Amino acid sequence: MNHYTLWHALIGGALIGLASLFATVLSGKIPGISGVFGRLLVLAKRDPRTQRFSATDKIWRAVFLFGLIGGAALSFGLWQSAAFFRPMRPLVVMAIAGLLVGFGTRLGGGCTSGHGVCGVGMGAKDSIVATFIFMVTAMVTVFIYNRVAL
Amino acid sequence: MKAGKLVLFFPTGAVFGMGLAVSGMTDPGRVIGFLDVFGAWDPALLFVMAGAVSVYGLGMLILRRFPSRNLDLPSAASWPIDRRLVIGSAIFGLGWGLGGFCPGPALANLGALRVEGLLFVPAMAIGMLLAQRFFGADR
Repeated sequence: MNHYTLWHALIGGALIGLASLFATVLSGKIPGISGVFGRLLVLAKRDPRTQRFSATDKIWRAVFLFGLIGGAALSFGLWQSAAFFRPMRPLVVMAIAGLLVGFGTRLGGGCTSGHGVCGVGMGAKDSIVATFIFMVTAMVTVFIYNRVAL
Repeated sequence: MKAGKLVLFFPTGAVFGMGLAVSGMTDPGRVIGFLDVFGAWDPALLFVMAGAVSVYGLGMLILRRFPSRNLDLPSAASWPIDRRLVIGSAIFGLGWGLGGFCPGPALANLGALRVEGLLFVPAMAIGMLLAQRFFGADR
């Protein structure tokens, strides 16, 4: 497990798909990470039936994301190939990137998991279009950043 | 939702986080290596997507084949392909190419307390709040 191969990519991907499937069954929603996280940051709404504020919608999102962080931390500790990390950009660029990723995913209604894995997996047209757009835009961005000296 | 069900979200999230780390998606070098099509191209992300999409797609197909009243599955219908989808996805792509982090891997890196994640995640939260404040949480 310490030497990275494309099997790691395939098996890791299958785990992501499996976890997304479980989360879909448990929540009844499409569990894209940007939506799960973004909707944690929205004020709770009243339940239309009971007129009470429901906390469970917030709790499952938080528990799921803590699980995600915990599972990653465990893997980083267990396997060198998982802990491998190459810093690519200065921190100021990372901060700007974070703003854009947050804004764009909530505007576009999904990220690599919500649109890319779940939406594409279900054959939803909007997700296929979104995935094509963010893949191409990201490739053009990397081309300009890496190959056209700024 | 019952407490027992809420608890199950933890192992489910943990499998997701393990998948991200095992597949190497928490390393921005690997993600940017895939996006850099004119460089030393790294195909790993394609294999990750293939594994994830096929397991999820096949799983949903099987679940829909056996309808159960205990099972409340989200609709697979496409929302309209509008300006919001196109512009939002383009802005996301710009940020993804700049940083090499999408939301899942950025959060996963909090598990290693790396400064990149500790900086990226709050910035991402601010971006999300702004989008939701001005354009609403639903597309």
